[in-house]
Amino acid sequence: MEEKDDEGESVCRLVQPEGLFMRVKKNSIPRVQISTPYSTRPEGDIRNTVGNIPMEWYQDYPHIGYNLDGKKIFKPIRNKDELDEFLDKMENPDYWRTVHDKTTASDIRLSDEQVDLVHRLQKGQFGDVNFNEYEPSVDFFTNEVMIHPVTNRPQDKRSFIPSLIEKEKVSKLVHAIKMGWIKPRKPKETTPQYYDLWAKEDPNAILGRHKMHVPAPKMRLPGHEESYNPPPEYLLTEEERMAWEQQDAEDRKLPFLPQKHSCLRAVPAFSRFIHERFERCLDLYLCPRQRKMRVNVNPEDLIPKLPKPKDLQPFPTTMSLVYIGHSSLVRSISASPTGQWLVSGSDDCTVRFWEVNTGRCMKTLEVGGAVKSVAWNPNPAVCLVAVESTVLLLNPGLGDRLVVSSTDQLITSYEPPEEDKEQAVTWALSEGPEHDNGHRLTLTHPKAVKQVVWHGKGDYLASVMPDNSSNLQVLIHQVSKRRTQNPFRKNKGLVQCVSFHPLRPYFFVATQRYVRVYNLIKQELTKKLMTNCKWISSMAIHPGGDNLICGSYDCRLAWFDLDLSTKPYKMLRHHKKALRGVAYHKHYPLFASGADDGSVIICHGMVYNDLLQNPLIVPVKVLKGHQITHDLGVLDVTFHPTQPWVFSSGADATIRLFT
Amino acid sequence: MGGLQKKKYERGSATNYITRNKARKKLQLSLADFRRLCILKGIYPHEPKHKKKVNKGSTAPRTFYLFKDIRFLLHEPIVRKFREYKVFVRKLRKAYGKAEWTGVERLRDNKPGYKLDHIIKERYPTFIDALRDIDDALSMCFLFSTFARTGKCHVQTITLCRRLTVEWMNYVVTSRSLRKVFLSIKGIYYQAEVLGQLITWLVPYQFAHDHPTDVDYRVMATFTEMYTTLFGFINFRLYQTLNLVYPPKLDSKAESELKAEHEEDYAMDSESYLEKLSALSASLARVVATAEEEENQLDLFPTEGEDQENMQAREKEQKEQEAQKRLFEGLKFFLNREVPRESLAFILRCFGAEVSWDKSLCIGGTYEVTDETITHQIVDRPDMDKQYINRYYIQPQWVFDSVNAQMRLPVEDYFLGTTLPPHLSPFVEEKDGDYVPPEKLKLMALQRGEKPEEEEEDDEEEEEEDEEEDDVDDEELTEEKNLKKMEGTRAQGKTLAVKVTPGKVKPWETGSVGNKVRLEQEEKAEEKRLAIMMMKKKEKYLYDKIMFGKKRTTREVSSLRCAPNGCKATHFKFEWPSQSPDLNLILRCCGRT
Repeated sequence: MEEKDDEGESVCRLVQPEGLFMRVKKNSIPRVQISTPYSTRPEGDIRNTVGNIPMEWYQDYPHIGYNLDGKKIFKPIRNKDELDEFLDKMENPDYWRTVHDKTTASDIRLSDEQVDLVHRLQKGQFGDVNFNEYEPSVDFFTNEVMIHPVTNRPQDKRSFIPSLIEKEKVSKLVHAIKMGWIKPRKPKETTPQYYDLWAKEDPNAILGRHKMHVPAPKMRLPGHEESYNPPPEYLLTEEERMAWEQQDAEDRKLPFLPQKHSCLRAVPAFSRFIHERFERCLDLYLCPRQRKMRVNVNPEDLIPKLPKPKDLQPFPTTMSLVYIGHSSLVRSISASPTGQWLVSGSDDCTVRFWEVNTGRCMKTLEVGGAVKSVAWNPNPAVCLVAVESTVLLLNPGLGDRLVVSSTDQLITSYEPPEEDKEQAVTWALSEGPEHDNGHRLTLTHPKAVKQVVWHGKGDYLASVMPDNSSNLQVLIHQVSKRRTQNPFRKNKGLVQCVSFHPLRPYFFVATQRYVRVYNLIKQELTKKLMTNCKWISSMAIHPGGDNLICGSYDCRLAWFDLDLSTKPYKMLRHHKKALRGVAYHKHYPLFASGADDGSVIICHGMVYNDLLQNPLIVPVKVLKGHQITHDLGVLDVTFHPTQPWVFSSGADATIRLFT
Repeated sequence: MGGLQKKKYERGSATNYITRNKARKKLQLSLADFRRLCILKGIYPHEPKHKKKVNKGSTAPRTFYLFKDIRFLLHEPIVRKFREYKVFVRKLRKAYGKAEWTGVERLRDNKPGYKLDHIIKERYPTFIDALRDIDDALSMCFLFSTFARTGKCHVQTITLCRRLTVEWMNYVVTSRSLRKVFLSIKGIYYQAEVLGQLITWLVPYQFAHDHPTDVDYRVMATFTEMYTTLFGFINFRLYQTLNLVYPPKLDSKAESELKAEHEEDYAMDSESYLEKLSALSASLARVVATAEEEENQLDLFPTEGEDQENMQAREKEQKEQEAQKRLFEGLKFFLNREVPRESLAFILRCFGAEVSWDKSLCIGGTYEVTDETITHQIVDRPDMDKQYINRYYIQPQWVFDSVNAQMRLPVEDYFLGTTLPPHLSPFVEEKDGDYVPPEKLKLMALQRGEKPEEEEEDDEEEEEEDEEEDDVDDEELTEEKNLKKMEGTRAQGKTLAVKVTPGKVKPWETGSVGNKVRLEQEEKAEEKRLAIMMMKKKEKYLYDKIMFGKKRTTREVSSLRCAPNGCKATHFKFEWPSQSPDLNLILRCCGRT
C-alpha cells in the first residue's frame, strides 16, 4: 500500500523521531504545521518566539514576531495579487504541495515523506510506516490463578471489617422484607393463556344468580333496506327522506337512510359503526332486562264461537216496506195486537195509522202538539191508542166494525162513582168533531208526558212525566174506572221509562242509572237493578217476564236475568252511538235495538225454561236503511206481534219494515 | 293487639333491591371500577315491579340492582385485584417522585394482574352457553382488529383481537360452517352455524375509522377484555373439536409452498406468520393427520308415521347443507386488487373454492392472473383491458348472492360493467302477508328449478295468489311481458297500451256462480262482524290491537308495492334499443322512465 502511494519516490526511508508522530496524532490532520523540509523540529516553532497566539495580532506590523536572538522576523514581501496567485497555481508544479506557514508567513514546500505521511493519516493509517498494528497481545493478567500476588502490598484493615453502610442497607432491606414491603419476584405464569376451560363442564353447576339470569337478546338481523344495493322500493322518496331527517333519532323507524350504490367499490365506511357498537355495549350493561311473555294469539281464536245466524232463523233480514208520510222525525211507533195496523207519532203534531201490509196511511190525526209516545192497547178486543202531549185515548176506527163499536162501548159504559175523588189528572170525554176524528178520552196531565205504556190486560196504563223535583213522575190510570193514582211517595230520581210486567203484578221504573222493580200488590220495592250505564234511554221486558233489556245513551245494551243477579248478565256494546229504542218479540226469541248510528241490530235472545241454562244471546243481523238527520238515526223499534218482522222509525221521517 | 309495630321498608321488595350508589359504597369501589366489575360479571340493573315501594316512597329515577347480585359481587376475587392495582399505581407514582429507579423496577416486576378465566367459567358453565353468546364478542373483536395502532387502545389488544379473529375465520373455513352473507351499508354480515348454533357477526368495511368523541372507549375496552378471553377459550375448544393444532399452524405442505414462493423479507417472522394465516389460502395443520373428513352419515332409525316424515325432512336438509358446503368446489377464482380480499377469500374458501390474488396485494396468493385454469375472476371496475376468454369476469355480488341462494346463480347478470340486480338480505323470512320483493320470487323460482323462460307462468301463479290485491302489483309482475307486447305493437300502431280493468258486478244484478261465491263470502264476513260484537271487552281490546298491527303491516306492504320509485326501473333487464325514441316515449307516458 505504502509503496503504491509513494510511486517509487520514497526509496530512502527517513526514520522520524517519536515526537513528530505523537504531535501529528494529537492535532487534527489538516492543521499539520511543518516548517522546513530539511530540518526536523521539536515541539513548537523555535524560529519564532511569540508563542501560541493568534497571528492576526501581527497583521498591521511589518514583522511577525521575534527570533531567538530577539530580532524581528520580517514578513516576506508579499505583493502577490490574485492574478499572480492564479499564475502560480497554473505554472508551479509544486503548488499542490505548498503550504502557507502562518507563524513565519512563508510558503513551504512539503517533501515527499511529508506528503506520504499526510496521505497515510488521511486514510486513517498509522503515521509510522513500520508500526505493526497486529502484534500478538501479551496477557499481563490471565484467568489462571497465580500463586503470587501481582503486588506485594498488604491488604487494608477495612477489607477485614464488615461495612457499616452495607449493614445498614441490608438491615433496611431485611426489615422491609420482614414487613412485607418488598416482595420476591413473582414466578412466571406457566399455564398457557388459553386452554380447554370447559374440559370438566357440569351443566348443573349453575349459580343461584344465574337461575334468574336473562340472556341478552341478540342484535336484530338486517332487512332488505340495509343492503348496499336494495330493491328500489325500499329507498326513501324525497318527502320520506325529509321527514326522516326532521324526526328525532329515537322516533325514527330506521336508524339509517337506505342507500343504493352501483357497485361494491363505491360503498363508503358507515360513519356510525363505532357508535352502534358502543350503544350495544351500553344496552348490555345498563339496561334492565325483563322476560316478556308474548302470547302468540291467533285473532281468530279470540272471536267467540257462536251458532250461525242461518240456524237461528227466522229473523228480519231485508228492508221490505217504507212508510212515508210524516214530515218530521217519528218519535214513536206501535203495532196493533192483530198485526194489521201500525200507529206512529211524530214531531209534526200528527198521529198516523198505517196498514202494515200495504204501507198505506189509513188515517191522519192532528193532535196539536209533538207526539212523544204512542201505544196500542194490547187487548185485541178493543182498540185504543194513547197519544201524548196530554194523553189522548183514540179510537182509530179501523178494521172490524165490531171491534170499533165494542171499543166505543167500553168507553161509554163508564159510570161515574158516587163520590168524586180529587185526582192528579182530569178525565174529559171528547165530543163533536173531535169525537168524529176518533178522540175518545183526554187526560190532561199537569206536566209534559214523555211515555205511555199499557198493562198487558189493557185496562191500566202508565204515563211518565219526568221531573227531578217532585214525586209526581209516574201515574197509573185505570181506563174502565177513569181513575188515576200516583204510586210513589218519594222522588227516586229522574224517571226515564216505565213498564208493566207482562204476567205478574210488577212494575218496572227506570231512572237514570237504575231500574227499580216494584210489587204493585205488596206495594214495595222488590229489586234494584244496577245497569252500569250512564243514562238509560229505553227498556223492554221479555214476554216471559224474567229477563229485561236496557238501552242507554252510552251505546250499551244491558241484558238482565232477574233470577240471576241485579247486575247485567251481558253487556253488549255493538252500537256505535246512543241507543234510542229496544224491543222484544212476543213469540220469537228475538230482540232489537235501534241507535243513532242509523242501524237496527237484531239479536237472537233465547231464554230457556230450564233454570240452569243461561240465556243465549247471538247478534244475527245488522239492518241499515235509516238516514242520519241531525245526528239522530233510529228513534224507536217495535216488533210485529205475530210475524218475525221489525218496524223502526227514524229521524228521517220514515218508518221502515224489515222482514 | 300485641307485638311490635311493623316498620316500613324493612322487608319485601324494598330490601330486595339496592340502588347503584349504595351498591358501589357497599363494594367500596369507584364508579369506574363498579362499571368494570358489572361488565365483567355480567350484572345488569333490574326494573322493580313497584318502583315507589322499592325507592322508599320517593319517585326519583334511580337505577336498581338486585341485592342478591351485589352480594354475589362481594365475594368476587377480582375486586381485591382492582384495589391492589390502585395501590400499585400509587406506589409507582411515589417511587417515580422519589426517583427510586430500582424501586420502580421492582414494582413493575410485581405489577398485579388478573385473569378472567374463572369469570368466564362462571358466566358460561357449559361450552354451548358460551357459544350462544359469542355474537357480540365477534363483532367487537372484528371492529377492534381494524383499529389503527395509535391512541385509542392498547396495541396488544388490537393484535390479540386480530389474532383471534383470524383464528376464528380459519376455523370457519376449515369446518365449512358459513351459511349466509350479506353486504349491508354498515359492513358485511356473516352467519355461521357452529355446533348447531347460528352465529351472526358484522365486519366493518376496511376503512380508517373516524373516531367519534362521544364514545367512551374505556367501556368498549372492558368489554373487549372480557370478549377476547371468552373468544380465545372458545377458539381453543373449537380447534380441539376439529383436531386442529392450537394456536393454528399452517399445514406443513402449504407452509413449504408459501415459503418457496415468498422468499422476500416481507415482515418479521412472527408477523408474517399471522399474515399467512390471515391470507386464508392454506389449510391448517391437524393434531392427528386424517386422510379425508369422513362423511358423517345420518344414522337411520326405524321409525313410523310422523317421525318418518321428520326424518326424511331432516335427511333432505342435511343433503342440502352438504351440497351448499361444496358450492364452489372445483372453481378457481382470482381476486382483482380492488375487491375486498379478505372477505371474499374467506367466503370462497368456506365453500371449497381455490382463491388467489396478485402477489403484491397480500402474501399467500398461490397462482398468477395468467393461470389458464382460472374459471372466475372477480372484478369491481367498469372495464378491463386485457381479458382472458376462458374465464368469467364477474362482480363480487355474485359470490354473495350465490351463497345466499345456495346455488351457483347464472353469471350473466353479474358481468363486468352490467347494472347489478338488487342485493337482498338472506335474513328476512317472509311470512304470508309480508311483502316479497319480486327479485326474491324470481330467485325462489330458480331454486325450485324453473328456468327463467317459465317466468311468465310463474307470474300468473303469483297473480292468482294475490288476486285480492289491486292490479298494481300484477302490473309490476308482468311488466316485462307488457314491455315485450309494447315493443310488438310499436311496429304496428304506436298506440298506448290502454288498460281496461273489469268493473265490479253487483251481486244482485246477476245470479251467476261467481256471485254466489261472493254472496257466501259476504255472509261469512257479516257473520264474523256479528261475532266480533259479542266479544268481551278485554278480548276485544286485544283483538283490536292485533288487527291494528296487522293493518299496519299490510299498509306498509302496500306502500312498498306501489312505492313511487317502485316502478322498478332497474328491474328491467333489457338494453335500450339505440334508436327507439317511441319506446322511450311510451314508457314515459306510462310513468316509468
